[in-house]
Amino acid sequence: MSEPVAVKLTAKDFKSDQEVRWCPGCGDYAILAAIQQFMPELNIPRERTVFVSGIGCSSRFPYYMNTYGMHSIHGRAPAIATGLSVSRPDLSVWVVTGDGDALSIGGNHLIHALRRNVNLKILLFNNRIYGLTKGQYSPTSEVGKVTKSTPAGSADAPFNPLSLALGAEASFVGRTIDSDRKHLQSVLRAAAEHEGSAFVEIYQNCNIFNDGAFEQLKDPSTRDDYLIRLEHGQPITFGADGQFCVVHPPGGFGLEVRDTNSVRPEEIVVHDATVTDPAYAFALSRLPGLDLRNTPIGVFRSVDRPSYDSVVQAQLAAAKAKVTETPEQQLAGLLGSGDTWTII
Amino acid sequence: MTKQIRQLDRVVIRFAGDSGDGMQLTGDRFTSETAQLGNDISTLPNFPAEIRAPAGTLPGVSSFQVHFADYDILTPGDAPNVLVAMNPAALKANLADLPRGADIIVNTDEFTKRNLAKVGYQASPLDDDSLAGYVVHPVALTSMTVGALAAHQVSKKDAERSKNMFALGLLSWMYSRPYESTLRFLERKFAARPELVAANVAAFKAGWNFGETTEDFGVRYEVKPAKMKPGTYRNITGNAALSLGLVAAGVRSGLPVFLGAYPITPASDILHELSKHKRFGVLTVQAEDEIAAVGAALGASYGGSLGVTTTSGPGVALKSETISLAVALELPLVIVDVQRAGPSTGMPTKTEQADLNMALYGRHGEAPVAVIAPRSPSDCFFAALEAARIALTYRTPVILLSDNYVANGSEPWLLPDVESLPDLRVEFATKPNGEDGTTFLPYLRDPETLARPWAIPGTAGLEHRIGGLEKADKTGDISYDPANHDFMVRTRAARIETIPVPDIEVEDPDGDARVLVLGWGSTYGPIGAACRGVRQRGLSIAQAHLRHLAPMPANLGEVLRSYDKVVIPEMNLGQLAHVIRARYLVDAISYNQVRGLPFTAAELETTLEEVLKNV
Repeated sequence: MSEPVAVKLTAKDFKSDQEVRWCPGCGDYAILAAIQQFMPELNIPRERTVFVSGIGCSSRFPYYMNTYGMHSIHGRAPAIATGLSVSRPDLSVWVVTGDGDALSIGGNHLIHALRRNVNLKILLFNNRIYGLTKGQYSPTSEVGKVTKSTPAGSADAPFNPLSLALGAEASFVGRTIDSDRKHLQSVLRAAAEHEGSAFVEIYQNCNIFNDGAFEQLKDPSTRDDYLIRLEHGQPITFGADGQFCVVHPPGGFGLEVRDTNSVRPEEIVVHDATVTDPAYAFALSRLPGLDLRNTPIGVFRSVDRPSYDSVVQAQLAAAKAKVTETPEQQLAGLLGSGDTWTII
Repeated sequence: MTKQIRQLDRVVIRFAGDSGDGMQLTGDRFTSETAQLGNDISTLPNFPAEIRAPAGTLPGVSSFQVHFADYDILTPGDAPNVLVAMNPAALKANLADLPRGADIIVNTDEFTKRNLAKVGYQASPLDDDSLAGYVVHPVALTSMTVGALAAHQVSKKDAERSKNMFALGLLSWMYSRPYESTLRFLERKFAARPELVAANVAAFKAGWNFGETTEDFGVRYEVKPAKMKPGTYRNITGNAALSLGLVAAGVRSGLPVFLGAYPITPASDILHELSKHKRFGVLTVQAEDEIAAVGAALGASYGGSLGVTTTSGPGVALKSETISLAVALELPLVIVDVQRAGPSTGMPTKTEQADLNMALYGRHGEAPVAVIAPRSPSDCFFAALEAARIALTYRTPVILLSDNYVANGSEPWLLPDVESLPDLRVEFATKPNGEDGTTFLPYLRDPETLARPWAIPGTAGLEHRIGGLEKADKTGDISYDPANHDFMVRTRAARIETIPVPDIEVEDPDGDARVLVLGWGSTYGPIGAACRGVRQRGLSIAQAHLRHLAPMPANLGEVLRSYDKVVIPEMNLGQLAHVIRARYLVDAISYNQVRGLPFTAAELETTLEEVLKNV
């Protein structure tokens, strides 16, 4: 592998020569532009960056990044990326996936990558619909959703992706929105700096099959009252005038939203993403209602845990450290180990 | 007293007992002692999938058969000359396989009313004349072992457990085996518990001494060493040899070996073995499922490792989609299928060759891969190297079709000289290959091998994207062009079809055979033994054995057409025969058996003689 070249890269360097083929108006364009603009600040050479994806609209992403990339098969990106990441600790490996890819067909690989804490940055573009197959309900679609495959309304209860990730022992969990470039980049920055699995849910609008799914979180007239912007070390208040806050209800298990005026300032929860017990981040993940009110965005959880890659590489290094012979000598020794006999 | 010593040229012994009686270990030790003596050996373990089926029942019987001789042998033997039966179930389950006159050593302590009833014996077969055709040696194995260990500081349970060493001691005496390796083994195995070393050694010696003193065993046997090529040998199972072959492939290619695997019988031993070789840079990941296992291996190959996944039939079915992706990506990947009896869970500890169709055709779209099969336990080493060679040179998935028979069976292996192993070094792409000197074309092929460049992440200037969508020739860009797809499909087929593989060799010592027996994989031994039997009767027969099933040797059609009749024995319902008929228009005679057990040489011999009568 060649040495990194100390040239300052720009967003343009991360654009591939391929024509982008998402539908006009798709939220994926905004995410792509935000990531291309953000990548240079990581100071990771393009050749050391790999995007691995599965199948779905979001999974076309690697074709548009001028890095290494693999557009793989449905749901399997975390598994393929695990093999790449653990065998090549020098690489920065990103997984781009969607709600169907990650949570339906690939649910198993996602939870196991998270529990192992593989050094992957997993970006889940959640548009709550199957887009590439033209409009069936997804595992994040709301109950009762009428789609091509559910003319009478979906009977399935949806996954809450962040609750799922936290239940799978994720060491980093965050959420952001396609249309808020600055916020999106801030969450990705934190994810990139995290050692181990970083799971980021990105609310993304599918303007063809599920337009306006997150409109309340984007519309200037509602968003401030709906969105909870998590800031590490800051009391959790929100609303256009800071009129809402988050508290630990006495005798309860989780977190609740109250009127700021109705509580004492010290009762307001101060956000701490480093809390070891995942119950706190889990409680945050349960705040939103069906109408998207009280939706936290930002970094929910960021705790230190050795990455799978580092543990595996340390075992390899420890085993290799004892070696004094050439590989051929070692092999001859291995072949001739155990009970042998010689015929003259 | 001095005992008579009788010379034999070959013996087949079967150790049989309850799953918990340690029969596999006993068989292993006897085999190792026999290897030390220099006999040729072939072994056949046979055990249930249940770890501990109810004690004393027929489903719980586990056995280990070892065949040893003073000449080169090809199979673990059709029928045992000696059965060691540790309980009534072991006797009942194995009696039908014994020829009249065989020796039966029974552990009389286990022939209680209750144990007899468990397997449906109304009365003890030791007391009536139902075993009159055999030479029965009743031995109170358990109580004599416990008695021998009376002075030892071990529990009664541990003392009883040592009865397998008593049996081993007795058999080692009967066949004049050198036992030093067993004593060393016991010291290693129970290193943490010296009292168990002492107890097991004492049990072994008690068995040996019992043989020497009792009048029931009047004769001691010797089987002289076989004439084998000079060199250093070890006894090895197929799974162990296959694992070492993969380690060797890493050394000879200079690449890290990456194994992604999910536990499955009978392939798990390969995962166990490779996980011990981290000092060679072998990285093993026990994945969450079969799909993740092959996915991780493919991801590692993309990053420049030799990606390997090991499994059995049900696992290959799950991996099928990812193997097709590897076909599209044109990356090296070795898929090891240790076949077992299917379909579905089938008989997980029994052998079969019924995954050939899946290996050749079991993918969506036109997705050709290379397929090879080892013929014997030690051949698994070389087959693994060959699979790696093809995968690395031609940037393709290779399916290696082992099976339970070669995987768990063992034979002496003449250790190869490391320097004589194939050189598997590969070159990664390092610079742009386009005519303009700056463009990188990930699907520009080597005109000779048709392989595309292997440009691994980390290589500056070669950043590129690959994926499962159809790619344009040379550029690798997404393409829906009809002519391009047609070209790419044909090119992927040609890539496999033009891999040069060695010509098939025919063994026909008389040179005038009119019937050819064609086999593949683990049937080599039984077919070879059957052919020898046929020739000993003065008849001519030719044998050829396929290692490469895709692509097939270039001379195969010509060879097949030069015989009046072609017989294809397989442990499936004729999968290779079907291919041969379709490809070469040869009216092959398919001979099939799917009993979960290898062919016996005798039954094949009878079949071949029938064919020969009609030529």
